[in-house]
Amino acid sequence: MASDELFVSGHRGCAGCGMATAVRMVLQEAGPNTIVANATGCLEVMTTGYPETAWKIPWIHAAFENAAAVASGVDVALKKLGKREGVNVLAFAGDGGTFDIGFQALSGMLERGHNITYVVFDNEAYMNTGIQRCSSTPPYASTTTSPAGRVIPGKQGKKKPISKIVAAHDIAYTATATIAHPKDLKTKIKKALESEGPSFVQIFSPCPTGWRFPSELSVKLSKMAVDTGIFVLWELEGGNFDNIRITYKPKERKPVEEYFKLQGRFRHLLKMPEKIAEIQREVDEKCAEFGF
Amino acid sequence: MDKITLGAVNTEPGSSLNYKTGSWRTMKPVLTPENCIFCNMCWEFCPDSAIEPADPKSKKPIRIDYDYCKGCGICVEECLANKNANLPNALEMVPEEK
Repeated sequence: MASDELFVSGHRGCAGCGMATAVRMVLQEAGPNTIVANATGCLEVMTTGYPETAWKIPWIHAAFENAAAVASGVDVALKKLGKREGVNVLAFAGDGGTFDIGFQALSGMLERGHNITYVVFDNEAYMNTGIQRCSSTPPYASTTTSPAGRVIPGKQGKKKPISKIVAAHDIAYTATATIAHPKDLKTKIKKALESEGPSFVQIFSPCPTGWRFPSELSVKLSKMAVDTGIFVLWELEGGNFDNIRITYKPKERKPVEEYFKLQGRFRHLLKMPEKIAEIQREVDEKCAEFGF
Repeated sequence: MDKITLGAVNTEPGSSLNYKTGSWRTMKPVLTPENCIFCNMCWEFCPDSAIEPADPKSKKPIRIDYDYCKGCGICVEECLANKNANLPNALEMVPEEK
């Protein structure tokens, strides 16, 4: 461990947890003058088995739905105490605590205009409680509540475009990032922290347990998601989508099947070429919309 | 901490270090120090903060902390020496001895 590590060893994240790597990268950029409000989820459970904690910064756990509300309280309280200067206030939550359960608190925080950086670690299902589908789960992913079988070929419906919805609040800064692009991720966190007002960063966080892939592939899968165009790296200041900036364009996009092949949650699709073609079409359309 | 504090406030930052996760391993990464090219990709990507980074200036290679390494193998997968066909491998996965 590096001597200045703020997220230390001994946490109970699964071997190969993409989110744990993402948290380290965020805190390396944020530094020690940081307060984190953490929603319920894997991150909270795996880092704070009482009486221990993996955090070396002030950290608060509240409930599943209110990381953004608690962070708002921290922001206002520090102002009242005259201690707001030089402190980063962050909210950490998973996709369940952001896309679904914490959505109202998030929207409220954005609308009130708190100076908070909200980071969502997006592993595309409720992993902590046993891999249930949520509104971040991509189409046709098999989860315990959208099991692929005779009745349905995995999750029905689309993945909620959370970052676009957040950016539509016309906030200071919105971005998407992955652990396979650390410089890009850290630059975006820096910009988010320096922004006056609310900022939001969605970090793609591969989950070996929930997605069923070998634990050494978390970084490779993040790269593959970007290289296929399934996950697009972009940033936006304000709410005008004409100003969106793609921060990394794959030179040549890989077929989505390459990404599906590596994960058990999509294994059933390999026998359903028409479904793969459908996703490929949707990804092509999305990439065309982004201009590549 | 013997007693549960008011509000379950934890006054020992970083106390998860008391809990050694190294026993989780079934496979372990092993470093050949002379092959380390100090790129620190293993340190960058380790989910368990279980790599002490290399120092390119003093040519000190990385060090793996087996007290906490869970043996996920990301370091071996992302090692730049391993990825370069012209260089000898610096990290490899071997079965954990029991």
